[in-house]
Amino acid sequence: MSNSEKLRTEKLNAWFGQKQALKDVNLLIRANVVTAIIGPSGCGKSTLIRTLNRMHELVPQAKVSGRVLLDGKNIYDDDVDPVQIRRRVGMVFQKPNPFPTMSIYDNVAAGLKLVGVKKGPALDEIVKRCLQQASLWDEVKDDLKKPGTSLSGGQQQRLCIARALAVNPEVILMDEPCSALDPIATAKIESLIRDLSKEYTVVIVTHNMQQASRVSDYTAFLYLGELVEYGLTKDIFENPKNELTEKYITGEFG
Amino acid sequence: MLSSYRFRKFKDKIAYVLCLLCVVVAVIPLASIVFEVIARGAPQLSLHFLTANGLEGGIGPAIQGTLILIGLTSLIGVPVGVMSGIYLAEFGGNKYTSAMRTINDILTEFPSIVVGITAFSIVVIGITGSFSPLAGAVALSFIMIPIVARTTEESLKLVPTTVREASLALGIHRWKTILRVVLPAAGQGLVTGALLSIARIAGETAPILLTIMGNTYFFQGFNQPMDALPLRVFLNSRQPSAEVQAQAWGAALVLILIVLSLNVCVRIASRRQFKK
Amino acid sequence: MRRSLAGDAIFKVAAGVLVASAAVILFATLYVLSTGSTTVLQRFGLSFFTGVNWNPVEGRESFGVLPYILGTLVTSGIALLIGVPLSLGIAIFLAEMAPKAIRVPVSYLIELLAAVPSVIFGLWGLFVLRFWVLNYIEKPVNAQLGWVSIFSGTPFGLDLFTAGIILAIMIIPTVASVSRDVIGAVPDYIREAAYGIGATRWEVIRHWVLSYGRSGILGATILGLGRAIGETMAVTMVIGNAVGPNALPTSLFQPGQTLPSLIANGFLEAPTPLEKSAYMGAGLVLLLISLLINIIAHLMVTRVLKVKGGAVE
Repeated sequence: MSNSEKLRTEKLNAWFGQKQALKDVNLLIRANVVTAIIGPSGCGKSTLIRTLNRMHELVPQAKVSGRVLLDGKNIYDDDVDPVQIRRRVGMVFQKPNPFPTMSIYDNVAAGLKLVGVKKGPALDEIVKRCLQQASLWDEVKDDLKKPGTSLSGGQQQRLCIARALAVNPEVILMDEPCSALDPIATAKIESLIRDLSKEYTVVIVTHNMQQASRVSDYTAFLYLGELVEYGLTKDIFENPKNELTEKYITGEFG
Repeated sequence: MLSSYRFRKFKDKIAYVLCLLCVVVAVIPLASIVFEVIARGAPQLSLHFLTANGLEGGIGPAIQGTLILIGLTSLIGVPVGVMSGIYLAEFGGNKYTSAMRTINDILTEFPSIVVGITAFSIVVIGITGSFSPLAGAVALSFIMIPIVARTTEESLKLVPTTVREASLALGIHRWKTILRVVLPAAGQGLVTGALLSIARIAGETAPILLTIMGNTYFFQGFNQPMDALPLRVFLNSRQPSAEVQAQAWGAALVLILIVLSLNVCVRIASRRQFKK
Repeated sequence: MRRSLAGDAIFKVAAGVLVASAAVILFATLYVLSTGSTTVLQRFGLSFFTGVNWNPVEGRESFGVLPYILGTLVTSGIALLIGVPLSLGIAIFLAEMAPKAIRVPVSYLIELLAAVPSVIFGLWGLFVLRFWVLNYIEKPVNAQLGWVSIFSGTPFGLDLFTAGIILAIMIIPTVASVSRDVIGAVPDYIREAAYGIGATRWEVIRHWVLSYGRSGILGATILGLGRAIGETMAVTMVIGNAVGPNALPTSLFQPGQTLPSLIANGFLEAPTPLEKSAYMGAGLVLLLISLLINIIAHLMVTRVLKVKGGAVE
């Protein structure tokens, strides 16, 4: 199963002020698969994922060095605008964050309205399609005008997924998307993730190893800011090459 | 799609420029005021100007009056304000406190001319029978008390509960804890609050317009009209003579120096407080 | 031991009494103004609020504060029209755009504007701003559009318009700093989500930050209105001191009068008790309007900052 490369980091380092969060990370993300990033708290997984769509730099005193190649082009080049990267690489956050001042419909349509898509049947179609892709359509189709925050936690997260899908990204980054949700909502989203990888490249950060083994095709293990091991999920969990990886998998620490 | 993107970036840049422009536009009057006050007021400054009375072309009485007012007002305003602030911060949590706090906040927004009318009726008519520094001080204390109360409350709230608990645990009674332990701990905040309120009342005109009325001579007594810097600026600005108007600028310069240096002192003092 | 417990009680009572000083001042003011205005209100009743004359001459007395209420509204309206957009631009710049290094100095400059005494604003307005406004705005506009009633008359700089502009400048520190706090209190997760779908900084501000902070910004505006309504000295010095029917605001470029400036200009000279009572009445109207506006503003702002921001650093 050799999928082509979608994203690749080269000697990626990241800092918060003086504190270094990522050390020389060289990670490969293959297209149309689910890649999980696992590791104990504080290992830098959130930071890593946020360097992939240039969200890390929004934090004051954030610094990045190295390259991140999206389809071969470094997203940190001077002539690249983060705004455009974020349309190609979308993100779903740990705590569901639908826009509180907007309805369900407007939440999904938000990204499209920014680029000038006008109100009308075309927009309605896209909103419907995205809500369907996020497995939310049936639950909300009767009242799209309700505020986005009137939904349950799991529904809000699926709304955020629909919102991310609406701008037609190539990659979807998910930063511990289920950690704030109950098991039923989590299960719904996990099955969603497998479906999404057919059309998109998915990268998911999770502290839940079982989730990683359920959901992902490839897994990367991060420890103290360094990439310790990367490979097929099956191999990582059944046959880890690195001793540290094995210790983490078996629960000796983290 | 591409031109739409360029347009969005363009809007982003324009927005930045416009907001920056707003800042510039707001700073221009400040710069102009400072410039004009210095340019027109500085030539007036001389020892004679600062010490002679009005008939001799000086603003001595105004400076003296402002200092007297600051002193008298602080005598009334600081103790009452501090005690009010103490009550709000230390005995809070009930309806009385919230009501008093709200009223205090309301008072800070009182139109200053209304303060003047009230002090006029109560003191000038009711008590002294004439314009007087006392009436002026009462009027200004109406403005000072709410400010000092609020800054005192805020400073006291910054003192950690552990300080109070430690003192009470040693068997020191509440009122002594407040006065001897908490108050000094909040010391710097209290001082800056008092200084800020002094800077404010030093520049107030409307309350004293109706209560001390102005005087070309130095302090005549607690029962007589008195002069003060902001009043002198106002009254002189209305005179037709260019010389007298120039004196207004001189008085304005002295006033703004007092007010701005108080403000700068407060800034320096509070920065040091936070650096700790 | 008992003495110190008594000490605690005495202290608490003493402080409790002194904290009521604010209430005493408030009610004393209301009392003074109400009793002071009974004379004029008994004499003229409701027509005091709707009348336009200001005539103390014996036998033909007539006092009405309508022109001054209107003057107050017009000048405050101009102040808001000009001052609020400027303040919002400043608030956005400080909260969302400025590099950290210049945030503090610029904030400080804006606060310094608030420290300048009103009478010095007035002095500057009378001798400097007035001529700028006259020569660069009023005369050209009057020349081209003088047929429009609000730009009519021969301008000479001391009028409602100049007063409005000075008020606009004076409310900027208030509206800008409260707005900046409100904008700063907008939670980061909203910005993150917006950047996440590929919004530009301005889009994040315009579509999400400002709409979330909508009610707080409105509260800041109303606070500014309250400030503009009560402002006395600067307005008195540049508004031109019109009295009676002349004070009815018809043109921006003609002299006018607000409630505070009316009192500042005329209270001391009022010879008859009736006229003094009329000034008291004006003061009462001013106080009531100001109280109403400020109570509304405080309700709006405290609710927003408490609910959304939590700790305001």
